[in-house]
Amino acid sequence: MMPSVPPRVRTLGLNKAYAVPVLSDVNFECLPGEVHALIGANGAGKSTLARILCGLVRPDAGSMEFDGRPYAPRHKRDAEAAGVHIVHQELNLVGNLSVAENLFLSDLPRRWGCLRLGELREAARTALARVGLAGLDPATPVAALGVGVRQLVEIAGALARACRLLILDEPTAALSDPQIERLFDHIRRLRASGVSVIYISHRMDEIARIADRTTVLRDGRIVATRPVAALPVAEAVRMMAGRDPSAHAAAPRVPGPIRLRVRDLRRAPAVRGITLEARAGEILGLAGLVGSGRTEFLRAVFGAERADGGEVQVDDSPPRRFSSPAEAVAAGLAMVPEDRKEDGLMLARPVAMNMSLASLASFRRASGLLAAAAERTAVGQTADRVNLRCASLDQPVTELSGGNQQKTLIGRWLMRDAAVYLFDEPTRGVDISAKAAIHELMGDLARRGRACVVASSEPEELMSLCDRIAVFARGRIARVFERGEWTHERILAAAFEDPAGGAQ
Amino acid sequence: MRSGTNGQPRRRAAECAGLLAVLAALVALFAALSDRFLAPETFLTIANQIPDLVVIAVGMTLVLVSGGIDLSVGSVMALGASLLGVAMTDHGWPAGAAALVAASVGLGCGLVNGVISVGAGIPSFIVTLGMLEIARGAAYLATRSQTQYIGPAIEPIGAPLPVLHLSPAVLAALALVAGGQFILSRTVLGRHLVAIGSNESAVRLSGIDPRPPKIAAFAISGLLSGLAGVFQSSRLSAADPNGGVGLELAAIAAVVIGGTSLMGGRGSVVNSFIGVLIIAVLQTGLAHVGATEPAKRVITGAAIVAAVLADAARHRWAAADLWRRLRRAVPATAMPADRL
Repeated sequence: MMPSVPPRVRTLGLNKAYAVPVLSDVNFECLPGEVHALIGANGAGKSTLARILCGLVRPDAGSMEFDGRPYAPRHKRDAEAAGVHIVHQELNLVGNLSVAENLFLSDLPRRWGCLRLGELREAARTALARVGLAGLDPATPVAALGVGVRQLVEIAGALARACRLLILDEPTAALSDPQIERLFDHIRRLRASGVSVIYISHRMDEIARIADRTTVLRDGRIVATRPVAALPVAEAVRMMAGRDPSAHAAAPRVPGPIRLRVRDLRRAPAVRGITLEARAGEILGLAGLVGSGRTEFLRAVFGAERADGGEVQVDDSPPRRFSSPAEAVAAGLAMVPEDRKEDGLMLARPVAMNMSLASLASFRRASGLLAAAAERTAVGQTADRVNLRCASLDQPVTELSGGNQQKTLIGRWLMRDAAVYLFDEPTRGVDISAKAAIHELMGDLARRGRACVVASSEPEELMSLCDRIAVFARGRIARVFERGEWTHERILAAAFEDPAGGAQ
Repeated sequence: MRSGTNGQPRRRAAECAGLLAVLAALVALFAALSDRFLAPETFLTIANQIPDLVVIAVGMTLVLVSGGIDLSVGSVMALGASLLGVAMTDHGWPAGAAALVAASVGLGCGLVNGVISVGAGIPSFIVTLGMLEIARGAAYLATRSQTQYIGPAIEPIGAPLPVLHLSPAVLAALALVAGGQFILSRTVLGRHLVAIGSNESAVRLSGIDPRPPKIAAFAISGLLSGLAGVFQSSRLSAADPNGGVGLELAAIAAVVIGGTSLMGGRGSVVNSFIGVLIIAVLQTGLAHVGATEPAKRVITGAAIVAAVLADAARHRWAAADLWRRLRRAVPATAMPADRL
């Protein structure tokens, strides 16, 4: 390293332990104008390292330098003063406040304690335009936005600050392809102006495209730091896991009778007439841009939102529109929702209580009493079946990793058993190996004669998982691909179609 | 590794033990400050004074656990007592039938609270605030704003039994505490209430209609408030339309001292009962050491805040402790979870 160009940030012998080491002797550096990818399985220490860099956590031992000067942020404020900003994977927005207020929450423009609303709105417009959200009214409350747009708002907030080191933690988990492209343009522009970017992601294809170097963490130690070109994906995965990822040879799935029939389902404005069916033994993928209506469609099928028109039929039951999830569940549907924290989990409650929630009725004795022992046994069996990693079934589910939280939710429906399983972004924010495990669970369900419908914003995921893929565009189905017909480009092209009539 | 551990029940037991320790410390403190305090009569007097607050705290716990709040309990109690008084004095009804009227009216008020707030999706704070005024007004109307002197016909419910020295009301309240705890921790209804208070959206999307359990919680709270009116009338030998003003706050204070979360999802009926005992011992003890009424209020208020602060600190500690135990229980190599 030339002494005249010190790294933007350098850590020396960083250690952090919560009873056991989370980071051990970590010597990490990121150069000025470098995009540095940080990868590793959940729990490898990526987030802890990021949190130390931005002052949220203090290391037990070791030191840091920023632009060659000692750097020891005691609070997030110290880090921000130095120009270090982070965009969290967990969305950190305040739902009831407007987009503009959220963007500048930590330094709202004010004079004598009064908000300068005009200035705030202008600054917000500029920041939003930068991430391609020029059309978004800064006064919109964040609660009214979808997850993908929220993620962009959060990124816009970080980009709006004077930034010397930007840390992005799984920034693309909820973004559509064009949104990702725009983000990458931005990262390139930042890099060109000398800003350093630490890019934490599970998506190897994105890292290959955007990063200069990659650092692999495993069990709190740096396994390797290499130029991206010198680190093939297979080797990176091996480094993260410490062994070969098992090539899973699944038994072929045989499609059976139709289990879910949806006819012309509508819910204004997002769902504008969807007709599709899913067979026993089949995994049907729903692709499409953010806002194409996938989530709204699944919620309308499940009765979480009331559909305006159309019919849903499960097996041979009479076709109808479900007016509540309770009706849908009674008919044999199950749904793992998009936002597992808001709509799925009771975060502060034990794993066991979360898992048995949908099947409590089967543990109800005639007296109304809960058959606690039977419940516990069944929860234990299901936890084994989904290969749940937790210290105890009494552990609050908030302490589990994202992958294990998702397994808890899937387990909830396995305990109840359904004819048709709807999954909305089931592997968002989940590491590679948990993702594989979740895919395996879906394949298992299909092989046992259930129908699975999976919405995902990652075409790669759907292409490797599904038997058919329906591409949504503007609330309608643009195309349905059979396995073998699809390519990434074709799916993308269909997603940009206007199924109502001709391309725009 | 994950079987056999019962951290949750153990933690609950620890909470209960902590509250009992606070109660014992208060008793010891007042015993040291006043030589008349540590006598059987003191505790029997306390016991025979609290059944109304105890049963109201039981209902309040269920409502708070489900994420709601019931501000109408004091007024509904007064309405129940008033109708009981009118039935017995003006119409000569027997005590049993009049008590049934009080309980039914309470149940009715609770159902109205529940159906309106749950059915129309209006915060229960507002709906029960309205009911607080309505029930109080109705109590005044029914009694023409006069206290109804009932006399000995109602007294047996609140009078200490021979040998036991506790009144039937106290015994009933204890049974209701046990019943309430049973509902909360051992029945499907109780589990649904906890789940709704934790994340109602998750409950709905799990195919459970959250409305019936929520309405049930309000109905139980109303029923128990009406019953509290019976207990209070029997203690006073009269029906007082002014009774129970501010009782909702006393009940919420007791429940929160017992560790129930105002945000829903966490609570214990037994601990609420101990919370009532703590407040009652504090007030009686302060009277024993000659504290004035204003001083009692200042000290009681401070005690409520202190209790909630202690609870918050205990939870932070418990979370940290759990994390440490977890880290120790799982071998370091297995810890970065999620690898198969």
